[in-house]
Amino acid sequence: MTDKTNLTVSRRAFLGATALGATTLAMPNVLRAQERSIKVGVYGGYFKDSFDQHIFPEFTNATGISVDSIAEPTGEAWLVQLQQAARAGQAPADLSMMSQVAMLKGQSTDLWAPLDLSKVADADKMLPQFINEYPDGRVAGVGAVAWYITLVSNTDTYPEAPESWGFMWDPANEDKLGLLALVSNSFLLEVTAKTFFGGTDILDTDEGILQVMDKLAELKPNVRLWYRDEAQFEQALKSGEIPMGQYYHDVTGLAAADGFPVRSTFPKEGGILDSGCWALSRASDKGDEAHEFINFMSQPSMQALMSRKVGTAPTLKRDTLDLTDAEFASVSSDIDPVLPRYDLYTTKSDWLNQKWTELIVG
Amino acid sequence: MRRSPPQKLTDYLPIAFPAAMLGLFFVVPFAIMVAVSVFKRVPGGFYEPAFTLANYARFLSPFFGEVLVFSLFLAAFVSAICLLIGVPFTYLLTRLRRGNQVVWLIALLGVLSLSEVIIGFSWSTLLSRTAGLSNLFVWLGLMDRPQSWTPSFGAVLTGLVYQAFPYTVLVLYPAFSRLDPSLMEAARTLGSSPIRAFLNVVLPAMRTTLLATSIIVFIFALGAYLLPQILGRPQHWTLSVLVTDQAIYQSNMPFAAAMAVFLVMASLALVGLSVAISGRKGAGQ
Repeated sequence: MTDKTNLTVSRRAFLGATALGATTLAMPNVLRAQERSIKVGVYGGYFKDSFDQHIFPEFTNATGISVDSIAEPTGEAWLVQLQQAARAGQAPADLSMMSQVAMLKGQSTDLWAPLDLSKVADADKMLPQFINEYPDGRVAGVGAVAWYITLVSNTDTYPEAPESWGFMWDPANEDKLGLLALVSNSFLLEVTAKTFFGGTDILDTDEGILQVMDKLAELKPNVRLWYRDEAQFEQALKSGEIPMGQYYHDVTGLAAADGFPVRSTFPKEGGILDSGCWALSRASDKGDEAHEFINFMSQPSMQALMSRKVGTAPTLKRDTLDLTDAEFASVSSDIDPVLPRYDLYTTKSDWLNQKWTELIVG
Repeated sequence: MRRSPPQKLTDYLPIAFPAAMLGLFFVVPFAIMVAVSVFKRVPGGFYEPAFTLANYARFLSPFFGEVLVFSLFLAAFVSAICLLIGVPFTYLLTRLRRGNQVVWLIALLGVLSLSEVIIGFSWSTLLSRTAGLSNLFVWLGLMDRPQSWTPSFGAVLTGLVYQAFPYTVLVLYPAFSRLDPSLMEAARTLGSSPIRAFLNVVLPAMRTTLLATSIIVFIFALGAYLLPQILGRPQHWTLSVLVTDQAIYQSNMPFAAAMAVFLVMASLALVGLSVAISGRKGAGQ
């Protein structure tokens, strides 16, 4: 348990960052007058550390704009803070890396300032699904990184890597799993649908969703921890206390590289592919700096650097990058991914949340 | 000393400042919360001013009822355990020499300086299979193999009691240290055993303090939202956890506010009830 310091501010963890957000709100921006700067929110923990160490300095060197990085909690918790701050005309961060569900929810309150793609030189190289647009075509966000949530396991407890998400349902795994606690960030409905119902089409109807939830309910005896705070699970996975579960491919890779007995496996049904966009709060007055930042981060060389140093998957077309096949394979997979049904989390948000809470609490 | 009740308007001046602060930092936020609880939720977005009881209607379901009952039960349980340990502890503490008392009190105050996050993660480590206390018991030969005691109801209870215990002692301490020792001496002279004297003389004399302490700990435990998440399974999540979920993750402020109002009402009702009951009992005093 040497990683205590990591515990309080891990990526997408809300604990430390709630306090951080509050501090940022309370603190006047004293740097503004002296030099050009921008406040950028990225998920706290390993993730932010890697950005601070390898990625942001490159931007500052190239443009002279200093980056004030903010540890942001789980996308949706950060979204609420940004929304409330924006109502008061404040921006705790100018740009934030936001997951897709949070992007869509932010769109509904016009939280994101429209971006001008003509100021992003490599916008045409970006895979189209990573440009996030308002229904009327304005650009709400530009793809920052993509990441996979995979089936992770402790190599001491499971010498053999599991092959399928279905392995989680094995009665032998009683009380051994750690899973994400929210319907909108665990994407377990999609995983269950693809593993047992031949695809996510079954989620089109309420009856279908309930059918998938019934299947998911069978998993409950195997779940030891439903986590909101990633650090909770990361720690337990490393020590073998909770030897299997769903977790982020990038962070698991970093932990394995640090010598912890963990592995990330792309199951045969595919890893869950989610992504983060750079999005600009409408309360920010750093529009120019933000466009420069996005322009810089969208370059093929920077996308490749992020894959190598942070372990995220690029958002640009494969052939525009100089990643070797081995490098690409380490951050991605050829297996057809589980694609989250983002539409559900905006159209049926409350109903899904209610059914989900009843499912795991009941 | 006998104080006369305030006669003129200026006699109220000394309490004007605290009253203003209470109004500004408690009544106003609470009023905002009540207002938001009847606002209209914009799904996927935020909320807009309106008057709707839909948020309350959603709460009135067997599911949330069960969660509310569990939360109240958990808080009452924590309160009971804290008193059960805290009363004898504080009584014995006040019998110690002054210097020793200070050491104990500082240690207890030390616990208060720990954040809930630290307490939660520390207990989850202490109760874990891989690094926890059970390893010590195995080493001592008391157990065959290390076991995991978290997440569980016991773990939640342990964490909450640990966190609330210093408050219990600090509230009880002044009353116990002012307790007239001659009460106990008289009881002993009349032939009571120490335990009997404690139960029949000390405790009844302390009734008001005990009630106040149990209410403080009860309310304190009712607001816990982090420890049940870290140390418990989903069925041990309190209503506060679900309020947090709605407010922080679902951006459903109206529903979160409605649940919070329910929680406040339920606890106020219980507090009122216990004060009423004890008031009737104490009427002959």
